[in-house]
Amino acid sequence: MTDEPLLVENGEAIAVADVPLLGADAFRAFLLSGIAGGSRVAALFAHPRETATPSKAATEIWVVLAEAETASLAFARRSVEGGSFPSLTPACPQVHLFEREIAEETGLVPEGHPWLKPVRFPGTGGAAGPVGVMDFYTIEGEAGHEVAVGPVHAGVIEPGHFRFQCHGEVVQHLEISLGYQHRGIERNLVEGAPTRIMHYVETLAGDSSIGHATAHCHALEGLARVHAPAKAQFLRAIALELERLANHVGDLGALAGDVGYLPTASFCGRLRGDYLNMTALICGNRFGRGLVRPGGVVFDVDEAMCAELLARLTVAERETREAIGLLWDSHTVMSRFTDTGKVNAETARIIGLVGPAARASGLSADVRTDFPKGAYRYSHVPVSTWETGDVFARAYVRWLEIQQSLRFLRDELRELPGGAVVGQPGPLLPDHIVASLVEGWRGEICHVLRTDGAGRVVRHKVVDPSFHNWFGLALALRGEQISDFPLCNKSFNLSYAGFDL
Amino acid sequence: MSSSILVRLRQGRRTTKYPKGAVPALPARFRGLPQFDLALCAPDCAACAEACPTEAITLGPDPSLDLGRCLFCPDCTRACPTGALTFGADHRLATRRREDLVLPAVSPDTGTTGTLRRAEALGAELRRLLGRSLKLRQVSAGGCNGCELDTNVLTTIGWDLGRFGIQFVASPRHADGILVTGAISENMRVALLKTWEAVPAPKIVVAVGACAISGGPFRGHQEVLGGLPGLPDHAASDPAGGREYPLLAAAATPGGARPDPAPFRSGAESIPAALPIDLYVPGCPPHPLTILDGLLRLLGRLQER
Repeated sequence: MTDEPLLVENGEAIAVADVPLLGADAFRAFLLSGIAGGSRVAALFAHPRETATPSKAATEIWVVLAEAETASLAFARRSVEGGSFPSLTPACPQVHLFEREIAEETGLVPEGHPWLKPVRFPGTGGAAGPVGVMDFYTIEGEAGHEVAVGPVHAGVIEPGHFRFQCHGEVVQHLEISLGYQHRGIERNLVEGAPTRIMHYVETLAGDSSIGHATAHCHALEGLARVHAPAKAQFLRAIALELERLANHVGDLGALAGDVGYLPTASFCGRLRGDYLNMTALICGNRFGRGLVRPGGVVFDVDEAMCAELLARLTVAERETREAIGLLWDSHTVMSRFTDTGKVNAETARIIGLVGPAARASGLSADVRTDFPKGAYRYSHVPVSTWETGDVFARAYVRWLEIQQSLRFLRDELRELPGGAVVGQPGPLLPDHIVASLVEGWRGEICHVLRTDGAGRVVRHKVVDPSFHNWFGLALALRGEQISDFPLCNKSFNLSYAGFDL
Repeated sequence: MSSSILVRLRQGRRTTKYPKGAVPALPARFRGLPQFDLALCAPDCAACAEACPTEAITLGPDPSLDLGRCLFCPDCTRACPTGALTFGADHRLATRRREDLVLPAVSPDTGTTGTLRRAEALGAELRRLLGRSLKLRQVSAGGCNGCELDTNVLTTIGWDLGRFGIQFVASPRHADGILVTGAISENMRVALLKTWEAVPAPKIVVAVGACAISGGPFRGHQEVLGGLPGLPDHAASDPAGGREYPLLAAAATPGGARPDPAPFRSGAESIPAALPIDLYVPGCPPHPLTILDGLLRLLGRLQER
């Protein structure tokens, strides 16, 4: 073991012993200098440290930094003895939620954390009380008031609790309290039945089944030092881009609906289904459940199916262009989208935004380009960005990405490699750790898996892009009116299930 | 404005003619009602049951597959060495009773899969009240958002749920019932019960998806209750037998006394032994057509098929 942080590729497993075990100061310096150098925190989590003497039990805190410039991931860890550790949040705000998560899961206190609230209210064994009961940020004074919404919302959507701290009509701050979808997936990924693992992964966030399943399978294949067959890698990417298309098109329709522009809302609501049905054509399920498995994919696509997909894409692309083009030509839509819910680039960088939300604030961050894996090593998808950081930017980046995804699908369906689609994952390396990143439609999906001496997975950390981005929504609302919340919310369209796990 | 009219003309009329017209086409690989051929089973083979993530398959003298647990994943059919278990194309999966979801496998002498007792219509009185206007409050409680998404799809122009008088409403006070998704997380228990309580009687309960019916992939987790109750294993552990919960008195007798709401608030009790579930729609998630089929059957609008 050296003290030099180890740089590895996306999905490349390394021996735990090779990850530097840093002192508290060195760990802090490693993380802060990485962030200053342009890296992001992909994962930060605690894991019990195995010791020969149980009385000396300690916890290790692990960090995975994503360094786009070198397309590499940097691992480091530190040991925590006793009940607390100095919080890094004041110096590095993007770890605020990771540290709250560590506190909730282990009881360790990050000393100096500015606001140590619960994350998911796991209820059993944790320090958190009943769900939704916490020390909310409040404002005081004349004309100051609070509006509480949820967990049951007005639409057919997931549960969450929001508190708007308002002065008059203006939202000063939005407090978001989640955990209502908490179903214990992370623990059961390790302790539960092996037959359920892929189903847990596919239901982490139900609209990102392909993204999470691919990230998980890349991690397992990294730990087994195998690669899925080339055709399987391309079919995973095709399914991932179909997932992106369905959700981006659906989101643009929903954004249109939220400003009362019904043509695009109606057209896109239907078109979203057309893309989901293309996924179902491949694997029988509209959300891609059952397609991606360790070693490859379960369903093959022959020439006839490629032709069918291309024919459907041609029609869907024309109709999508028309439906979405109406948005940019409608001044009522544009006036509602423009300058609403702004997050500037500096804020986005500091809080660690990912995905279209980050790119809409001008950050050039996309796993497909920065940490390419699988088919994206061979077929580049350009990064789509916009500078304004408002609802318009988050909508327009989606439209840019829709066009890139369509192009990718057209190209790859015409030149799909041949050969097998199913491989064998093989046994996992003992005492190794791997971090796997995938650019889901919401942004960076991260799975970190660690094995023990027998090659069994003893830790499976999941970071859904929503975990990074919910705080971005809170900041976007500042200075806006409550009536713009649905619009801002939809422009992020974050997952409750993926956050709550 | 003119361009929006042109686009509107080109996009065309897209609402399915179903149920008056043909059933919308489903993909060839769609996994609907399972089919068994026990004659093909190798002796002592239990590959399908061992591969099943949710213990939905029971082998032995009375083999069966519990559609309420089934995720309609390909794990069992991939594990089966002889093709004895396959998924058919039939999307009509909804039932009125939990036990009806336990699909008997073939008996070796008849060679046919047991039939699914599909959902029957509500009673005459409820059908008179709700048959042409059913307002539902959706409660999402401990799932993945898949069922919510494919329920919401029914409100798009492709399906136009509103033409059947079925609508999702923003308040339980406006609703005739609840449509529940998710494995019922501990953290949603109180909110679910409060929502149910807020719906005026008479009211119905629709359970959509494996999670709401049985807990789905999360069944057995300490963080969830394993779906809406009403399952045999829930009823067995409940001394009241599942249906006699005082909170439900108002639902059982329209206009009856309002039950004491206290148990909802303490947070200490388990979920009432059984919200009286009127419709079970299996799947992970169910196809929109399967959900629509169930709702229309419940309202007596698909009896012949």
